Amino acid sequence: MRGAPVRTGDPPTAGLLRDLSRPGRRASSFPALDVPQADLPADQRRAEPPPLPEVAERDLVSHFTRLSQRNYGVDTGFYPLGSCSMKYNPKIADAVAALPGFQRLHPHQPEATIQGALELLWRLERALCEVTGMARATFQPAAGASGELTGLLIMRAFHERNGDARRRIVIPDSAHGTNPASVTLAGYEVAEVPSDARGLVDVSALEELVDEDVAGLMITNPNTLGLFEERILEIARVIHGAGGLLYYDGANLNAILGRVRPGDMGFDIVHMNTHKTFATPHGGGGPGAGPVAVVERLAPFLPSPVVARDDDGTFRWDGDRPESIGRVHGFHGNFGVLVRAYAYVFAHGRDGLREVGERAVLNARYLAELVREAFPLAYDQPPMHEFVSTARPLKRTGVRAMDVAKRLIDLGFHPSTVYFPLIVEEAMMVEPTETESKETLDAFAEAMLRAAREASEEPELLHQAPTTAPVRRLNEAKAARSLDVRW
Amino acid sequence: MRFAPHTDADVHEMLDALGLSSIDDLYAHIPAEVLLDRPLDLPESVSEMELLEDLKALAGRDRHADDLVCFAGGGAYDHYVPAVVWALAARSELQTSYTPYQPELSQGVLQALYEYQSMICDLTGLEVSNASLYDGPTALVEAVNLARAATGRNRVLVAGTVDERYVETLWAYGRGAGYEPEVMPAENGVSGVPDVRGDAACVILQHPNASGGLEPAREVFAAARAAGARAIQVFDPLSLGVLASPGELGADVAVAEGQSLGNHLSLGGPYLGVIAARLEDVRRLPGRIAGRTEDEDGNLGFVLTLQAREQHIRRAKANSNICTNQTLMAIAAAVYLAWLGPGGLREVGEASAAKARYAAGLLAEIDGVALAHPGTPFFKEFALSVEARTPADVRDALLDHGYLVGPATPEVLIVACTERRTREEIEGLARAMKEVLG
Repeated sequence: MRGAPVRTGDPPTAGLLRDLSRPGRRASSFPALDVPQADLPADQRRAEPPPLPEVAERDLVSHFTRLSQRNYGVDTGFYPLGSCSMKYNPKIADAVAALPGFQRLHPHQPEATIQGALELLWRLERALCEVTGMARATFQPAAGASGELTGLLIMRAFHERNGDARRRIVIPDSAHGTNPASVTLAGYEVAEVPSDARGLVDVSALEELVDEDVAGLMITNPNTLGLFEERILEIARVIHGAGGLLYYDGANLNAILGRVRPGDMGFDIVHMNTHKTFATPHGGGGPGAGPVAVVERLAPFLPSPVVARDDDGTFRWDGDRPESIGRVHGFHGNFGVLVRAYAYVFAHGRDGLREVGERAVLNARYLAELVREAFPLAYDQPPMHEFVSTARPLKRTGVRAMDVAKRLIDLGFHPSTVYFPLIVEEAMMVEPTETESKETLDAFAEAMLRAAREASEEPELLHQAPTTAPVRRLNEAKAARSLDVRW
Repeated sequence: MRFAPHTDADVHEMLDALGLSSIDDLYAHIPAEVLLDRPLDLPESVSEMELLEDLKALAGRDRHADDLVCFAGGGAYDHYVPAVVWALAARSELQTSYTPYQPELSQGVLQALYEYQSMICDLTGLEVSNASLYDGPTALVEAVNLARAATGRNRVLVAGTVDERYVETLWAYGRGAGYEPEVMPAENGVSGVPDVRGDAACVILQHPNASGGLEPAREVFAAARAAGARAIQVFDPLSLGVLASPGELGADVAVAEGQSLGNHLSLGGPYLGVIAARLEDVRRLPGRIAGRTEDEDGNLGFVLTLQAREQHIRRAKANSNICTNQTLMAIAAAVYLAWLGPGGLREVGEASAAKARYAAGLLAEIDGVALAHPGTPFFKEFALSVEARTPADVRDALLDHGYLVGPATPEVLIVACTERRTREEIEGLARAMKEVLG
């Protein structure tokens, strides 16, 4: 569905919450104290109360309601942000996560009192392992990047146990920034493998790069250009042949659900982004959840504890795992997000998940076809669940990919990702997802083509855009130069 | 349930436009060896009603903080979550949006994060905050990386009274980053003032500590700073209406588990990691930071700023790998803090401390029960020693009386109070404890 740009009829600014503050006003109320006051040591007491805003509940509600109206979500409309899988988030998933038997569980509760929650995690682990072709999984990582680092720490622990000190991780030049950042935090160095003329890993360059100093490879498949790495089995042979491990970055798992499994492509470690593939709401930047699944030989290294099922059918936390890399989250991960992921996976079931992947690919292929005349594919290969076009042909008019993105806002849509992946000039990375109708795709294509026509005929429309959003283009240089990050 | 809207006619029309005859053709370029030749081994798709019944059955097998009286602590607390918090944070324009990569369409999230950052600064007495991290322990990991980068040193000193989950998390991440946390001794539940030698990157103190005790924080932080190390405090956000702020105490970096700021217990997540620091470290802060600026017409607006620190720009040289954080939890925290205001924050702190004191008094009078750290002042939780039974046994036995306490370690049993616990519930817990040990 086309999403109307956020238009509230409000004054151009929402004003700051603090501006609503008046001394003595308040929203909160508590019961009268029914026990004696505590005698905390005077030297431990706060000298002045913190200068938090003092607002009435009515004003608080208006303020945040108005903020929400100045924001665009999937519920507002089409959100084709490439690499983010911004699909519709089922409402039933939010409803079940709010059941008191999930939402009101204290993380230190004894196992006997959380058998339902543990069984949910156990079933979800089995399902995710089936989807990815893996053996065991951890739910601790709170997001994809946390999953990456967890996976790399597992690799490190595996090699160390084998007395095998390795220093390098291979990643493609098109990789997401979290990959190299995670590599550094895991104590490894990045070895970048170039893409070939088709936008795929250059396998001969890889063969040259890989030796016994390589701990492993991190890659998405489909890759960051939305293209399937057709030589993935050869790639796996090269890495495994040198004693390395293969890490599957699950950012693009949506494309292959029920059709291809990372385990069957030779991967040893997989993370999933539940807020992408399994439609858990991304909350404007989080929460996510980044479960990590591994093959059997790496299971001993998973973070502790994991969920275990005893012969009598009871579930418990198993923390007695001497080779575990330890704890990567304070408790058990983003459980409330995992309940939503469970709802999504089991609502769809075997055929439903496969259909998700199929429709995601169909939508992306169809949309790419509609816009390719004006926005050619960066690599002329059949895209999977997303495609990377370039706005390079418009450059002669002085219009850039960012201008097209901003014009799309005025035409009623959230823009695609722009300027990523970094190896594509004027990149526009479009991921429609499976939950969009043909009518939405047709309308979005028409908007992109219109923007391309306007680039020649009325480029000012693009340079001035957006004019219908709550704000015009924002001065990012000023934000960094005159730093103002709090009131 | 299916959410893809395609009719069969749509599918055919779209395939036609691509010159394809079947869905299988979309996968024609994928080597046959990697294509799955069977359906996934998962149940069939179910309707919404069936799904709801399945999940209600699972949830129905759990006991929870509505059917037990929750005196559990150890990093997550049953503070009251007012209705207004999730009525606002769950508004779908906020909840179903992505990271604000297009700021013109994301002013709501960006401004809410700016206001969250502002209130965290108000709370902590420090100068800058980011837009959230995953949770308390991973926020500490990031604080340690900040300290290592700021000092160029690698030794990480941890007070012996820091929650062991934080130490375990540091240990796991330290294996990649190349440090091992060194845990210092403690006495009677309180850390001593450490002898910080000149090569420490940071000294980490939890205050109130893992068993609720109040630490000589000013002295510890002064010793850390005198040695050129960053003083890092793990704090309790809801203590700060009552207790001196990290800024007042001399902390350089303050991190917290933000769960108690309007977020549900939810078996340990999603929570949020709070981090605040001094201005000199702003470029070493990890993750997103919302900043105030203007649009082309000079109107107030907000963007993600100082992005040159981050993974999508600096890649292998970034100061953190964090991308997705816990933004929605931070928005909930902002609503909650504004709901409290300075008066409410003080009342929550006073009530929690008063009830904990009352509970400790009643419980320590029971034969076979004693405060594990007698004479050590505490905030809203405390550690009990029990005779005759293990702490875990006592905890399990109390469940049968309808009380949830813990965590239980081999040595002690933690009991925590929030503003929600009533005198009647506290007296009931004491009666149950007497029966359990009688």
